[in-house]
Amino acid sequence: MDTTALLLSRIQFAGTVSFHIIFPAFTVGLAAWLCVLEGRWLVSGRPVYRRLFDFWRGIFAIAFGMGVVSGIVMAFQFGTNWSELSRRTGAIQGPLLLYESFTAFALEASFFGVLMFGRGRVPKWFYLFSCVMVALGTTLSSFWIMVNNSWMQWPVGYQLSPSGVFEPTDWSAIIFSPVVWVRFPHMLLAAYVTSAFCIAATGAWHMLRGAFKAESAIMLRMGLGLAAVLVPAQLLIGHLVGDYTHDKQPAKFAAIEARWKDEQPASEVLIAWPNETTQSNDYAISLPYLGSLIGSMSLTAKEVGLESFPAANRPPVVIPFFAFRIMVGCGLLMLALAWYGRLQIFRGRIETQRWLLIAIFLSFPLGFIATLTGWFTAEVGRQPWTVYGALRTTEAATPFLTTPQVAATLIIFTIVYCVIFTAGVAYIYRLLRRGPVSMSMFDPGETNPKRPLSLPGDSAGASGTVTFPAEEMSP
Amino acid sequence: MTEFWTAALALTILLYVLLDGFDLGVGMLLILMPDERGRRHMLAAIAPVWDGNETWLVLSATVLFGVFPLVYSTLLSAFYLPMMAMLAGLILRGVSFEFREKSRRNRAFWDWCFILGSLVASFIQGMTVGALVKGLPIVDGRYTGSAFSWFSPFAFLCGLGLCLGYALLGAGWLTHKTTQDVQTLAFRLLPRLLGAVLAFLLVIFVYSLTLDLAVMHRWLERPVLFVFPLFGAIVCAAMAFSIQHRRELIPFLCGIAIFAAAFATLAVSFYPYMIPFSVTIAQAAAPQSSQAFIFWGAGIIVLPITVIYTLVVYFVFKGKVTDRESYDDAANSSE
Repeated sequence: MDTTALLLSRIQFAGTVSFHIIFPAFTVGLAAWLCVLEGRWLVSGRPVYRRLFDFWRGIFAIAFGMGVVSGIVMAFQFGTNWSELSRRTGAIQGPLLLYESFTAFALEASFFGVLMFGRGRVPKWFYLFSCVMVALGTTLSSFWIMVNNSWMQWPVGYQLSPSGVFEPTDWSAIIFSPVVWVRFPHMLLAAYVTSAFCIAATGAWHMLRGAFKAESAIMLRMGLGLAAVLVPAQLLIGHLVGDYTHDKQPAKFAAIEARWKDEQPASEVLIAWPNETTQSNDYAISLPYLGSLIGSMSLTAKEVGLESFPAANRPPVVIPFFAFRIMVGCGLLMLALAWYGRLQIFRGRIETQRWLLIAIFLSFPLGFIATLTGWFTAEVGRQPWTVYGALRTTEAATPFLTTPQVAATLIIFTIVYCVIFTAGVAYIYRLLRRGPVSMSMFDPGETNPKRPLSLPGDSAGASGTVTFPAEEMSP
Repeated sequence: MTEFWTAALALTILLYVLLDGFDLGVGMLLILMPDERGRRHMLAAIAPVWDGNETWLVLSATVLFGVFPLVYSTLLSAFYLPMMAMLAGLILRGVSFEFREKSRRNRAFWDWCFILGSLVASFIQGMTVGALVKGLPIVDGRYTGSAFSWFSPFAFLCGLGLCLGYALLGAGWLTHKTTQDVQTLAFRLLPRLLGAVLAFLLVIFVYSLTLDLAVMHRWLERPVLFVFPLFGAIVCAAMAFSIQHRRELIPFLCGIAIFAAAFATLAVSFYPYMIPFSVTIAQAAAPQSSQAFIFWGAGIIVLPITVIYTLVVYFVFKGKVTDRESYDDAANSSE
């Protein structure tokens, strides 16, 4: 494969997988949120939970659908663009992705049908059970994906056959790899935090508009409450991910830190412009000793720089360096918002603090940005390897693909993804804007709302002006 | 264990072809139903099951990846452009399903995406099978062809044939699931589609003889193979009879049986090759440690459960589509 085709293949994979991850990052958390709402509705019988459930189920449906269709592409791309990777590591990656699709994809897709269309057709307990199965499916799905990706970050439990095939020798080493058990919680928490902020932002939005008082208060309280606990946990787990990177992928760690030379004690570059031609940082602001403290929990430890690695084994620096800092910045911002917001709710003052509500409303993309930049850090930092230390990206690609072929498919995917992303986001926006309207208002014989998303009566933002029956008056 | 996984792969592919076959067929038939209410009935007939159906494609792909990585990497990369076009088609089709409901001005656009996506995906699946039957340039398990080596008039014809076949399944599903004008349309289409599929099979048979395909030699070596076409012919007769008597479910079941017969014909003709006639099952199989790892969990536990809950979902959504069950859109409702 020529270098242009390789670069285009990488762009195509990065683009499709980034597009894909946005939706699971959202739906993994939303599925759990739906379980909570349905459970609360069953226990308390308060219609507000049912309205919230129906509202978020509609949004879940769109995000889930986009996640499924963009996920199908991932199941094929290993073979189409990375045939050498799949030929050589298929004996390990294949079974892991097989478990992903078997235990998770099948579970999600089948019970999703019940979730969307089956409310009137199944007993209540089975409906709740279906919610839980969908949530379990999305969680298991991310688990297997993280096992697979963690094996690519730190390959264990295999031997190389004479023909260069990676043959599994120890599956428990692969599944119970310490790398999996920091990166999987990291991803799961990222998904929950992302969803929590979307829920809180929606609550803030409707509170600002003065609509859906009961619903928006619940969304704000639960969303921020969850985030207030999970964001600090995420920072802690994130630190553990950094620890494994420091020990097992030192070149990636050096790139994230933009540390070009070995240092003892090492300083921490807070912000700079890493210059790959001069192999140094321009405009750097750094703190002495902090680098050793973060890397090794010591004020005197030696930290390796990129110069310790052969030039052919060094990852690019700019992307991991900035992506990591953006991720951490989003995390700290979310922590501040969650804690301060929760405090104001506790003091009963949140409704009067418009600027805080506006800030929370505007925070909805933070989780997505943090998730994406986290993945950029992990994946670009792994370069030039596809399987770290064992298989180079240049060796992993399909050898006979030509630039026109990949360019053609890249253009097709760009167009298709732009169209569906624009439409999907627009429809999610319309649903969010309409708010948790009670379905029964529009659907008098409501036993089986087949299409909860069909936007009844949505003529140009009618939602804002509709008056709602008081909670107690609903059935 | 390799035998188990070969059978499991055959099962997942067959289930995919049968299940997504009918909903792709309904997708293509949408073009023949201009009326919005009819379209809603058609879509409602497949709405609860289509994404579950499509899951079998992903399951087939991952079984290939996990158990036969050599076949996975060789075939997907050899069929690079058609695979990508099929994926684009499936994506457009999948999202159109949801988006058409939320759209007011763009509904016609999403309907076209749905119809074309269904058509492209069906056509490419048929063409891929045709290219496999005709034979790909593969040396030592590596594809040696160019970007378009898979293309041939034979493969093109197979693509058209599968579109007709899926449409037949789709029409059969519609007579079973719908009433009124959609059912009437489906009953009108069934005999024509059946005739077209039979004509296609005849053409492809004669064409195969003239091309002197390697597959045809297998038939002389294994006369038992003629059992399947014979079975298929009997089922076709039963189907014609049931259409004439306007039986609602039997045409669909006959369509399933015809596809199963065609699938068995191909599978037995290829055996023991996975890529005819260059890569055998034994050559393609992953090491024992990989197969055992997935056998004890995914193979003997999850796969049967998946089949069972697929059945449960079909059971839950049994019965006819009615106006209440079709997509209600109060603002646009014409009922």
